[in-house]
Amino acid sequence: MVSKKDFVKFDKVDKSYDGKVLVVKDLQLDIAEGEFITMLGPSGSGKTTCLMMLAGFETPTNGEIYLDGKAISSIPPHKRGIGMVFQNYALFPHMTVYENLAFPLKVRKIPRDEADKKIDKALSMVSLQGFAARMPGQLSGGQQQRVAVARSLVFDPQLVLMDEPLGALDKNLRESMQYEIKHIHESIGVTVVYVTHDQSEALTMSNRIAVFNDGKVQQLSSPDELYEKPVNSFVAEFIGENNTFGGEVSDISGGKCKVKLGNTEILANPISVKGKGERTTVSLRPERALINPSTKMDNLHKGKIEEVIYHGDHTRLRINLLGNPEFILKVPNSSSNLDIKLGNEINIGWNSDDARALDPK
Amino acid sequence: MSSETKQILTTDGIPLEVSLKKAEKKNKIKAFLLVAPLLFFLIITYVFPIGDMLLRSIDDKMVTQMLPKTFKAMENWDGQELPDEEVFAAFHEDFIKLVEDKREGKLSTQLNYTKNGFKSIIKKLRRASKKFEEGNYKEQIMSVHKRWADVEYWRAIQRRAPEFTGQKYLKGMDMYVNEEGKIVSVEEDRRIHRVLWLRTLEIAFFVTVFCFLMAYPIAHLLATLPMKYSNLLMICVLLPFWTSLLVRTASWMILLQQQGIVNDFFVGIGLVTDDNRPEMMYNKTGSYVAMTQILLPFMVLPLYSVMKTISPSLMRAGKSLGGTPFVAFWKVYFPLTIPGIGAGCLLVFILAIGYYITPALVGGASGTLISNQIAFHMKSTLDWSFASAMGLMLLSGVLVIYWLYNKIVGIDNIKLG
Repeated sequence: MVSKKDFVKFDKVDKSYDGKVLVVKDLQLDIAEGEFITMLGPSGSGKTTCLMMLAGFETPTNGEIYLDGKAISSIPPHKRGIGMVFQNYALFPHMTVYENLAFPLKVRKIPRDEADKKIDKALSMVSLQGFAARMPGQLSGGQQQRVAVARSLVFDPQLVLMDEPLGALDKNLRESMQYEIKHIHESIGVTVVYVTHDQSEALTMSNRIAVFNDGKVQQLSSPDELYEKPVNSFVAEFIGENNTFGGEVSDISGGKCKVKLGNTEILANPISVKGKGERTTVSLRPERALINPSTKMDNLHKGKIEEVIYHGDHTRLRINLLGNPEFILKVPNSSSNLDIKLGNEINIGWNSDDARALDPK
Repeated sequence: MSSETKQILTTDGIPLEVSLKKAEKKNKIKAFLLVAPLLFFLIITYVFPIGDMLLRSIDDKMVTQMLPKTFKAMENWDGQELPDEEVFAAFHEDFIKLVEDKREGKLSTQLNYTKNGFKSIIKKLRRASKKFEEGNYKEQIMSVHKRWADVEYWRAIQRRAPEFTGQKYLKGMDMYVNEEGKIVSVEEDRRIHRVLWLRTLEIAFFVTVFCFLMAYPIAHLLATLPMKYSNLLMICVLLPFWTSLLVRTASWMILLQQQGIVNDFFVGIGLVTDDNRPEMMYNKTGSYVAMTQILLPFMVLPLYSVMKTISPSLMRAGKSLGGTPFVAFWKVYFPLTIPGIGAGCLLVFILAIGYYITPALVGGASGTLISNQIAFHMKSTLDWSFASAMGLMLLSGVLVIYWLYNKIVGIDNIKLG
């Protein structure tokens, strides 16, 4: 299969509901065929609006959306042939599971025996064989969810949209459904656009993640890059845990910069700072800082342990470090017994490469 | 397993069931006391009046009590030939007593219901009876008027002997028991009730249809518009509700009359000529228009309450799966509103079938309903037993509709909110 790089293309899309505020600003986004892309962001960031525009329930105020090379703004939703899984499943409560799945096939006038085969296949894909005669009300939340997924796939759409489909499930079920959806995506190779506000969901499932905030895509990249190399402080803050230092750049040279925090200085990796005197927020992942590092690290500072929280596989320490009383450190419980007691002063070190000097908050 | 058959005991050794009953007894008494006032109220205001109505509609004791001896003497009469002297003597005795109490007029009214022609001959009999001599009453009574010698009239009297009768119900359907004891219809030109029943059903049916057609889009708008608009619309729907029924009907009279606003408008836009103004009041049109408007909220509210619960994502799902907007509406949205349609239609139909004030004011002769006839018999003819009989027929008609609805749609499917 030759996959197209821009199977779905948002081209300079703006959206405003009231003519005063832009919910989506100048959105430029290409989605490749067969890709699993997640729109991640806090509520009100415009991600669901984007999905609704793609599905055809909202029209862009400006710009155009292309699906497989065709502009779709003037095509009504029922002619777009896009499968969709809704937030609360939106199963038809007066139809059986079979009838729910048969609905998209019936409107496409697919012959009965062929439709039956497709429905069987879709139900076995979500391991719900034997549930065809049930009413949605007789199913558990997880089962309803699977029916909704099966229904969105039964008519073989090239593109499936999922709008926070796992939001109503409990934690365990949500995790197993994440894997199930991921496996379905891998086995049939359909393009999926997934909307969620749950970052761990996004990280687990997606090929690429578009982080939305304030109507704009803040960063579009693969999960590991998003986590390891956030391009601005919003992404750094939003994805995973994050320690921050606010300060002023005092020197940039040789791919490194010095950031002045009060009366000390730390070394950092200049990502979005250009010159001396700029305000910056330095972001450091908790697991990148080590206690009493054995190798040489170019940042080494003393901090006082304020709180010790036991988490089973690891222990979290809250440390007052360089004027930041909220500095979090993760210590694996398998590591040799360090002197972690409340009130102790310890040495903490990290590499300047991992400390990313981003835009000020 | 043996443990299942064994009686379960509490830790104190009392059987669990006994213990449970004891624990719940207090709650049960409390619950009953809470319901008791309502129950009492219902018995007084509902069960008792309806029971009384039922009794009244079949009660025919009046004549039985006026002519006790006559009916006793008639027990041995086969009804073929004129009764013998014994019956005439007993009738004379009863009649003298009635004349003394000045109740013979009531007897004549009652007997006249059974057979025309009693009024005058009872009047004649009263005058003549003052001069009657003792003995041979048969000859004397028969000589008062030739009808007294007609066996038909004696059979008519005999038919009033039972204490209970279903005649009022037959009369409500324009039927009666003829001389041979068969149930037959009255002559065509005297059939007034059947027309009324049919018209009542017809008007109730069409009012329900009109209400449905008008209420469905309104309810849909109410359920889907943003809050600030839907609140305003809701007030518009409810505003007539808060206005007196009489005022609303009267305002329709102002609107619909021949020199009224609607007609003026029609003339104004050239739809009709000034000397050819259509009559929109004092006929069926008046009843249709006014009743539809008055009953509309009863359709809107149940529909609204059901539509409110239908998630907009269902319609979207229908469309995203490839259904045209019409298919999505017809296959997804509409079936989900059926409980509301059922509730609304049942409510409007039942209210319309017993509607009274509006058809009385704007219905004229061709737009009045069975309830107007009931009121007429309650107030004007004072034939309460007939009014009761028709009232009960109306009630049983409603129950039949309810039963049919339950058979076809299922009463569990009803949703009032």
